[in-house]
Amino acid sequence: MYLLEVRDLTKHFGGIRAIEEVRFRVKEGSIMSIIGPNGAGKTTLFNCLTGITRPTKGAISFFDREITRLGRDSIVKLGVARTFQNIRLFKEMTVIENVMVSQHCRTQSGFLSAIIRSSSFRNEEKTIREKALEYLELVGLEAYSDTIAGSLPYGSQKRLEIARAIATEPRLILLDEPTAGMNPQETGEMMGLIKKLQELGKTIILIEHDMKVVMGISENIVVLDHGVKIAEGTPSEIKSNSMVIEAYLGKEH
Amino acid sequence: MKKAPIHRFADSPIHRFTHSPIFIALWLALLFLPFKGLEAAGVLFIVLFAAVSLLRVFKNYAGKIKGLLSSLKKFISGRIRIKLPESKTRSIALTLLMSVVVMALPFYGHDYLIDIAVLSGIYIILAQGLNIVVGFTGLLNLGFVAFYAIGAYSYALLNTKLGIGFWASLPLSVMLVTLSGFILAIPALRLKGDYLAIVTLGFGEIVRLVLNNWDSFTKGPNGIGGIEPPHIFGMQISRLGQFYYFIIIFVLLAVFIIRRVAASRIGRAWIAIREDEIASSSIGINTTAYKLYSFAFGAFWAGLAGVLFAAKMQFVSPESFTFMESVLILCMVILGGLGSIPGVILGAIILVMLPEMLREVQLYRMLALGSGLVMLMIFRPQGLMGGKGVSFRS
Repeated sequence: MYLLEVRDLTKHFGGIRAIEEVRFRVKEGSIMSIIGPNGAGKTTLFNCLTGITRPTKGAISFFDREITRLGRDSIVKLGVARTFQNIRLFKEMTVIENVMVSQHCRTQSGFLSAIIRSSSFRNEEKTIREKALEYLELVGLEAYSDTIAGSLPYGSQKRLEIARAIATEPRLILLDEPTAGMNPQETGEMMGLIKKLQELGKTIILIEHDMKVVMGISENIVVLDHGVKIAEGTPSEIKSNSMVIEAYLGKEH
Repeated sequence: MKKAPIHRFADSPIHRFTHSPIFIALWLALLFLPFKGLEAAGVLFIVLFAAVSLLRVFKNYAGKIKGLLSSLKKFISGRIRIKLPESKTRSIALTLLMSVVVMALPFYGHDYLIDIAVLSGIYIILAQGLNIVVGFTGLLNLGFVAFYAIGAYSYALLNTKLGIGFWASLPLSVMLVTLSGFILAIPALRLKGDYLAIVTLGFGEIVRLVLNNWDSFTKGPNGIGGIEPPHIFGMQISRLGQFYYFIIIFVLLAVFIIRRVAASRIGRAWIAIREDEIASSSIGINTTAYKLYSFAFGAFWAGLAGVLFAAKMQFVSPESFTFMESVLILCMVILGGLGSIPGVILGAIILVMLPEMLREVQLYRMLALGSGLVMLMIFRPQGLMGGKGVSFRS
């Protein structure tokens, strides 16, 4: 059973072909990496998957459901969460508020129950808070729950973004360069966290430049170059693929 | 690390001469000479010479002035900071004291003071409404007064044309205003930042112009008079003291409800949208819907304030709903602190009271108010009680 199926996905920005007929499938519970040189269209692909940009052509189906034209919030509700390459936290909110607000699409109390503080509202608030603490514990930030998110160090902000993604209760998590700018120790911790997410039954797609991470944890790798998929396969297959080597290192003369 | 000198010849005599005030003034005056003649060039030379010399003098003192300003800033911000009571008993005592002062106002204050207090109450409700839109959700609305006007006029018209009383008109008017909030929001929310501000500004002006020019319906600039004051249990609320308590009930209601909504998932979603719209939609918030709610919920309170205003004045005219009024409400929100409910109450009270207190110095009143606001924005950009630094992003 495939969790995600991308068919002939194409995105043009005016004359620029950001992605050209990309297709791949992701198995449930697996970790997949998307790699490629800068400007290969990796982030655009993520943006298409999460509804931030509309693809020019092609289709995306998630659990046999077409999500190509859905709104961002509906896609999240179906179970696709993401993090951003350049961290996008709610900087003025506290760490725990960041995770609490991320459970928005899994809760439903409205104006009236908020005003009269009905029992269902109070229960819901309590569950949201408890769950938020749980998610913070998972990423190791429970001690900072009342810190303003913007004042966290860089590595912790990256982890908070992951906690926020998990809080939406997704089946598929898209991580855009989770280890960018991290030192080897932090990178190791991040790899551990990603594996932990897999153990929790989440499917993960990551964009990553650090080959140690890519080769170390992914089961399947898709290589993009100038918007075109040039290779797909297991880490060992990709390592020896001549097209990939050419894309990264240039043609041999 | 020391920076390498940029001008190697900075101290050479040639450099000193070409940068002297007399050379600069002479050079510019000579350039000017062919156009306006000797006399004008001479005047220009003297003026330029004086100006450049003066600038030089100030430049030498720039460091000192800067130091003086920063120490002044430290001194003032140290004084301005509002100290919150630390212990719980102290805070309870303070609240009690404040509520006694507020509740007993009609017994010790004269009519003028009560009148201003009633006006403050109306503005508190208005500013709280705008705070939802600007402070929580981060949408700059420059035409907020339109909702205030629609609220006031709908009560005025329902009452004078159809003879509907206050309590029946209140829900009708407020519903109408909320609906108009939705109607404005639908086209406006496609826009962001500055563009949204311009559209809302336009909306405010359109409403005022319609009220001003639709003579057969709104009586145009003459306004509508003879509006009935509210009744409670058959008792007419027309005396100032009575109206004061009447307003207080609505202010408390507004603060109570807004606080609860702000502390719920709805309020959190609004703040998330203010912080980062793309991120908030990527965690599953329907940003369009929540911006719509924010607009309508804000409009709701403006409508209520409008109805209360019409009931108090017993007269409405387009003059009360100009663009300056929108700006004043926005100032209250910014002064108090974007997103801070107690701060906005304080901001509203200050901006209603201050111009009245400054009547002594008539001529310089607005000047003092304006420079006060400028000072505040320099020393406390987050507002009096806003803990969070909020900026508008487009």
